[in-house]
Parts: sequence; structure tokens; C-alpha cells
Amino acid sequence: MKYDVRQLPLISNREIAQGIFDMRLAYHQADLPVLCGQFAHVYVPGKTLRRPISVCDASDGELRLVYQVKGGGTEIMSQMQSGTVDVLVPLGNGFDIQSGRRYCLIGGGIGVPPMLYTAKQCDRPLIITGFRNQSLVILQDDLQAQGETLLCTDDGSAGQKGFVTDLLRARIGEVDEVCACGPTPMLKAVAAVCKEFGKPCQVSLEERMGCGVGACLVCAVKVRKNGEEVMQHVCKNGPVFNAEEVVF
Amino acid sequence: MADLSVKVAGVSFNNPLIAASGTFGFGREYGEFYPLSTLGGISCKGITLKKRDGNPPPRIAETPSGILNAVGLQNPGVDVFIKEDLPWLRQQGTVIIANTAGNTVEEYCQMAEKLSETDVDMIELNISCPNVKSGGVQFGTSCEAVEDITSRVRRYCKKPLIIKLSPNVTDIASIAKAAEAAGADAISMINTLTGMRIDIHTRRPIIRNNTGGLSGAAVFPVAVRMVWQVANAVKIPIIGMGGITTWEDAVEMLMAGATALQIGTVLFSDPYAPVKINEGLNRFLDENGIKSVTELTGTVQPWN
Repeated sequence: MKYDVRQLPLISNREIAQGIFDMRLAYHQADLPVLCGQFAHVYVPGKTLRRPISVCDASDGELRLVYQVKGGGTEIMSQMQSGTVDVLVPLGNGFDIQSGRRYCLIGGGIGVPPMLYTAKQCDRPLIITGFRNQSLVILQDDLQAQGETLLCTDDGSAGQKGFVTDLLRARIGEVDEVCACGPTPMLKAVAAVCKEFGKPCQVSLEERMGCGVGACLVCAVKVRKNGEEVMQHVCKNGPVFNAEEVVF
Repeated sequence: MADLSVKVAGVSFNNPLIAASGTFGFGREYGEFYPLSTLGGISCKGITLKKRDGNPPPRIAETPSGILNAVGLQNPGVDVFIKEDLPWLRQQGTVIIANTAGNTVEEYCQMAEKLSETDVDMIELNISCPNVKSGGVQFGTSCEAVEDITSRVRRYCKKPLIIKLSPNVTDIASIAKAAEAAGADAISMINTLTGMRIDIHTRRPIIRNNTGGLSGAAVFPVAVRMVWQVANAVKIPIIGMGGITTWEDAVEMLMAGATALQIGTVLFSDPYAPVKINEGLNRFLDENGIKSVTELTGTVQPWN
């Protein structure tokens, strides 16, 4: 059986920026190998749907989920302080990281967390992070420990003023491939820059999700396969897709 | 250990729990949690004559104790289902129900004809999908339309025929009677209730289709009431569904008049719900000295 629901002991769950929480669950990579870019589907007591949260890190006996409180479900998650958390993990297809290639990892806002575990799989990655403003900046120390990390904000309140694509344009010549996670307009812009410079690009997409395993077909994304547009699903075929194939 | 097996229209199920169409794909994904023989049966994702891409996303929104969905019948088409999915499904040791939807009555007839030549166990007519522009629910909201489609499909259908009813009607008992009179072997009910949610910040409906079908615990009391009304109006068996979440819900639905049950939305929070519901049912039967689950059907004692 490929899937199982696990009850993982909660180690900590604290706010690391305005409305952004860092949940750590006791977990052993040997029992349950998680790949970078995969996600966990978290059961929220009293809610009909689980909450899909990308894996921020899966090292040192901890599964780390960094998430933003967006509604009632994540609000309940943010109040969990003890006991176990019911998670369906690992789900989806993550980033394909090959040795001998230099990667640029781009995260925008709450799309930054999966880039930490991804950075740990890469050799000397160039990491670009972008946020709306200073109050939402997260994970800078963790990322800097993995490679050169650049920071920008929309309003210039932290790091350089501007967008991740401005930084990418300046440095894209140094890397072989780009991996990105963030809001759809950002991914679209990153994909366009990569295309312009002829660099392969992997993007991690988000869509409102149901079952998390590919049965209910709600988290649809249109992709181009062999010249034909087909509907695939973020949970099962993704969340990581080849940017060239995504019909944004 | 009580006997959990049931029979619907001559088809035997190992237990009364059937995966509801649209929540379970063609079984492959949940087959990675437990053997599909854990379930009495599977009602497959609704299939159409030709492949459909479905609606643009978002296709789902959470609601109090439920969800709205508007997938729009994304499926590979009946021929691909028969060739690529059915042979695998057939090996899983569970009853296979093909759920079909069409744009026209002729399409339902053509699919019934094709599927009658395969080894599916039953055919369920989805005349209650609220999320497609043509077809779907328009065939299921008047007695005349239900009688017409049921009798016409009946001529082509050599398998036991289940008519899946919409709750978005004024008098569901009369619709069920029309299906029975036209030759239906069983009724399954209820499909989703049409609903809507709006994002107050963007003033846009959350679902791209604007409206969607409501399912989950929120609809359970409506489903129980409707199953009870239909059970009092027809003699053919009823497959009860709509928000069944716990084994107690399953008992309640059986008492209301269902012979078998479909479960769907609960799987999204707990993939193991069928296992737990069957365990609870078995315990309840043993504790009450009831030998067979069939003894619960229709045993509600209404107040006078």
C-alpha cells in the first residue's frame, strides 16, 4: 500500500511571522521518505477537508510544515499545541533535482517554505525569495545556511525593492535550471524569464484540493502533453510540473 | 460476527458500503490505502459517451460540515473506461457499478448498450448532476422526464438499472415512483444539493462554475428524510447516500429504508471511513443480537 494516514506527535507550533506558523512533527525519514516539493494533507478536527501543506523540511527527526493562517482550518491548525497530528504524507510529485546541475530556487511568500528542503538536496543553490513586505519575511537564516540567498520585497521594506524575476534576470546565467513555488502570477512570470533564457523550469502549483490523492478530480490544472491540452491534477500529477507544459 | 452482506436487484454485496460516484475515481487511488474488497462495491466516476475535460478550477469549496463541488464530469469517456479501467476494477473483488451521464437520452441509451456487453455488475443513471450545462439534472427533475429516460434506457440495458435521484425537486417520492413504473431495478439517492459560496473580498463565487453540489454531513438529515419518503412510496430497493460519516449514520440511513449505502465526502478527511463504519455496524448488530444487517432496513418506527 502506497498511502497511509499517520499520527505524528506535535513537537512545536509557533508563529514565525505575521500569521505564519512553523509546525514541527516527530518523524523519521527512514520510516517515511519524503522528497522535496511533496506535501502533507493535514486533518483538521471539525473540518470536512484536510489542508494541503508543502513540506518545508524533513531532516533531524522532524517534519516541518510552515503555513499561513488563511481561514478557519489553518486557524484551528495554528492553535494545536500538544498531542498528535493526523497527516497523510508524503503526497504528490516533488522537484526533480539532479546532481551536477546548479539550481536557482525561487520562493514567493508562502511558496518559500518548500525551497528549504529542496535547497538541502542541491549543490550550491542560488536561492531567491520574495515577499510583500518585511512583516511576512520568513526562513532567511535557514536558507542562508544552504546557499546564497537573495531577498526582495514589493515595497522595499526588506532586501531589494522589486520582484523575484528582477533578481532572476540578473543571475540566471549562473544556473542550469530553475525551481519555483509561489503565487500563480509569479510562477507565470518566472516561467516566461526561463523561456526567454532557454533554461528549464519546474513550478509547484496550488489549487483548492479535495482528496489529495487523485480520486476526486477537483484540483485541476491544464497542461500541454504531446501538443494536446489535457486536465491533470495538482495532488497526483503535481504539485510540481514542467513550466513549459502548464497552460497558465 | 453479524452478516453484513446485502442484495440489491439480485446483485450480492459483501457489505452495504459502496464508494459513491465522483469521490473515488475508478478506484486506483484508494486501492493504495486498503484492498478494494473492503468495500461492498464501487460506483465509478460518472462516465460520458465522449471524453470530458470538466469545469475550470476552482472546483471545490468547503462549507459548514460539508463541501460544494463542481467538477463537471471530467472523465475519459465510456470506451476508455471499458478498455483501460474495467479489467483492472474487475480483479479487485468488489461489485462494480458504472455511473453514466449524457447530454441526450440517446447518449444514455448508447452507453447502456455498450456497458451491457461488459462485465460491470450494475448501471447507475446519473440524471442528477447539477454541474454540467446540458444533460445531467434536466432528466431528473420531472416525473415525465424520469419515466421517459428510464423506460428508453431500460430497452438497451441488460444489467440491473439504478436511477440516481436529485434532491433538487419538490416531490422526490413521485419521481421515484415514476422511475419504478418505468422499469428501474433500484434507486440511489441523494445526489448533491445545489449551493453557492461567495468570496466577500473579491465578490466572486468561490467555485468557477458559480454554483456547485453540496455534500457531506451537512446534507445527512435531508438525505435521511428523502430516503424515508421514497421507501414509503416504492417497492424497489434504495441505495442511501448523502453525508454518511459515522457507523451511527449508516444505521440511521438503513433504518430510514436503505438496503445499501454509498459513502463519499467522508473519505476526504478519513480514507479509512469504510473500514470504521463496517466495524461499527458489525458491533451494533452483535450488541443488539441482530444476525443480518438486512434486518435494519426500514425499521424506523415513526410517530403517529
